Amino acid sequence: MTNALAYLRNTWRGLTAMRTALILLALLALGALPGALLPQRQLNAGKVSDYITEHGWWGRLLDTLQFYDVYASVWFSAIYVLLFISLVGCLTPRMFEYAKQARQQPVITPRNLARLPHHGTSTVDVAVDDVVEASRKRLRGWRMVVREEDDGARTISAERGYLRETGNLLFHFALLGLIVAFAFGKLFGYAGQVAVIANGSQFCNSGLFAYDSFTPGLKVDGTELDPFCIKVNDFKATYLPDGQANSFDTGVQYQTGADLNSDRWEPYDLRSNHPLRTAGDRVYLLGHGYAPQFTVTFPDGQTRTKAIQWNPSDLNTMLSSGTTTFDPPNTTDETELRKHQIAITGLFAPTAVFDGTLMSSIYPGANDPAVAVQVYEGDLGNNSGYAHNLFTIDQSMVEQGRLVQKAMKNLKLGQEIALPDGTKIKFDKALEFVGLQVSHDPSQDFVLVFAVLMLVGLMGSLAIKRRRLWLRVTPSGEGTVVEVGGLARTDQAGYGEEFTRLSAELLTGKKRDT
Amino acid sequence: MPVNETLARYSDWSYVSAVVVYVLAMVFYLVEQAMTKTRRQAARELTAVGGGSAEAVEVPAESVVVTRSPRADRFGRMGFSLNVLGVLLHAAAVILRGVATDRVPWGNMYEYGSAVCLFAVVGWLVLAKRFDIRRLSVWVLLPIVVLLFLGGTALYTPAAPVQPALQSYWLAIHVTAVSISSGLLLLPGVASLLYLFRAAYERNGRFAGFAARLPKAEVLDRLAYRVTVVGFPLFTFAIICGAIWAESAWGRFWGWDPKETCAFIAWVIYAVYLHARATAGWRGNRAAVINILGFASMVFNLFFINLVTSGLHSYAGVA
Repeated sequence: MTNALAYLRNTWRGLTAMRTALILLALLALGALPGALLPQRQLNAGKVSDYITEHGWWGRLLDTLQFYDVYASVWFSAIYVLLFISLVGCLTPRMFEYAKQARQQPVITPRNLARLPHHGTSTVDVAVDDVVEASRKRLRGWRMVVREEDDGARTISAERGYLRETGNLLFHFALLGLIVAFAFGKLFGYAGQVAVIANGSQFCNSGLFAYDSFTPGLKVDGTELDPFCIKVNDFKATYLPDGQANSFDTGVQYQTGADLNSDRWEPYDLRSNHPLRTAGDRVYLLGHGYAPQFTVTFPDGQTRTKAIQWNPSDLNTMLSSGTTTFDPPNTTDETELRKHQIAITGLFAPTAVFDGTLMSSIYPGANDPAVAVQVYEGDLGNNSGYAHNLFTIDQSMVEQGRLVQKAMKNLKLGQEIALPDGTKIKFDKALEFVGLQVSHDPSQDFVLVFAVLMLVGLMGSLAIKRRRLWLRVTPSGEGTVVEVGGLARTDQAGYGEEFTRLSAELLTGKKRDT
Repeated sequence: MPVNETLARYSDWSYVSAVVVYVLAMVFYLVEQAMTKTRRQAARELTAVGGGSAEAVEVPAESVVVTRSPRADRFGRMGFSLNVLGVLLHAAAVILRGVATDRVPWGNMYEYGSAVCLFAVVGWLVLAKRFDIRRLSVWVLLPIVVLLFLGGTALYTPAAPVQPALQSYWLAIHVTAVSISSGLLLLPGVASLLYLFRAAYERNGRFAGFAARLPKAEVLDRLAYRVTVVGFPLFTFAIICGAIWAESAWGRFWGWDPKETCAFIAWVIYAVYLHARATAGWRGNRAAVINILGFASMVFNLFFINLVTSGLHSYAGVA
């Protein structure tokens, strides 16, 4: 029993020692490093799978060791939890020590001041009491106490810079607060992405189904999202001649609260660096792209029009790839439907140039849009129950012969392509879509407050020097002997100059008119 | 927004001139170093002349005093003047870029590197004016000239407006704070590196030819510490500003983007340095090594993260 207690005590002491904290800090830096060097799932899951495929057993080993989820890994968590405990263990006794010291008087003057790192002495013809009085005035702002010694000498013990430790404690407690607030945000926050076509289409934050992708916090199930709706009316991008984007502007309208049941919409100018903050959520403009609109005229004369976002594969030219699909009209029979689904798949270029029939894009603005498409007919395989990629067709359906290519052509605006069965497909226009992100983090304001407190504490603890100064004034035959000694309690750096200046004044024993 | 090509050209010329003048200043500083004799050498020459023997008198390291002739001092002061001229040209290059593009002149890697070096040199000149450390100047200018050379050749980017994500007043606040703090933190990195040589020299006389001319290890240590305690809070401030900006630009204040991660690592390393300096057994060499690692992580963050990995901070503009 006592052994166990001793073991616990020793572990606790070891954990809270400065040396341990140092090593843990160093480990934290080291442990964070793989996150900067290896692809991370939370940033780009696709890259992670590519990396694992490329690196074989080594890639899989890294995966087992959680190197692609560094900041959620067991070992990284272990480091910061230990550091957290070490910090608490370090700070708690320091708090008591600090509270005790705050009430204490400066320590008694050492016998031999000449042995201190900073010292000086002089003989003046001013009375002892006057020297003490002048020095007290000079040392305003210092905590000090005047004492009498047995041989008639009088001493001043002075100390200042108590705020250093205040800053130090503030910094570390704010750091703890920041970590807690950060963790809280990870539990109750969420982020979701959605593409909305900029032709008056709407998005409502009503559930997970509304999003293209969604990253919930650990305690978020998606049933209680903050309700609001947003309508994207138009999108305007401007580019430099070399294709670099210069500005993005999105005209949106939104409604929240009571407005949701009415037809009242608030206008907002959504731009980069200018998110919409509403209903406890933030809406960001994080991406944009094109959605080519096609009209299909079926053999029976019926038409269907549709536009869906295509994926910009090159942000400099906005060359995009994607797939727009249509179901045949008037078909309730599932087998019949699965024979006549249409997929228009290929490339879109906002400013197209052709090398023979090979299309590419030279500019991201929609100066001369064109598509290079293949039209497939058959079973799209989108009822298989598996998640499918929005931008491509299901190649396995093509391989099985259930989805067959019927035509292939480059189309400019207004041009048509005809299928053998008489179906006509027209490329109407190039619409634009915006990639929106909705973010929710209930504790980020607290994180900011703690970060600012950390900074204040840090500046206090680094700029303020805890220092002591002693003065002994002794009467002697020839006059009054004044001795000064100084000691910086924390870091010596920088006390020298102040001490020299101060002692020069104190050693004269006279009041200075400043 | 069109770029003023004339001013952009003047900025480029000014940049090249600044590098040339820095190199010239280094030459003058080196002449000063060469003309500065340590007393050990002086003693050695004395014995050689007097006794005619080739044996050198062993003088313990602590008693070696650097003596500088007035002529050497003149060269040092000329080097300093050239250094000031260099920084003026350098500042002109940065400011002209800003006027030519009508924005803060640190929007890509070339401009950022230039700004970091500018702040480092300004910081150094202020320090060298206040303390007797001018003779270190050549070692401070060395990495700066290397960085500027790399910037002006491999990383050079013509003047142009920045992309929409960077069009925010936070560019001025966040990147200015980062570049000032990075510039300042270069100085402790150099001082700590020199500390290792000087400390070895003071322990057992190694690196005598070079380290005897350096200030005392204690002075180098204090220099490193003092600049770090200014640079570190500024770096903290810069990271906080970055987080605020990230919140309004990218939808989250912290997302472990490679650049953020690396900034976090550098921040933790400097935190280790500050703690090490207050812990028995970690002062001196260990603390100096940690400070060097801190600076290495800043350089790594600038080059490796910008050029090799891809993240949200990919604004290098290097084709």
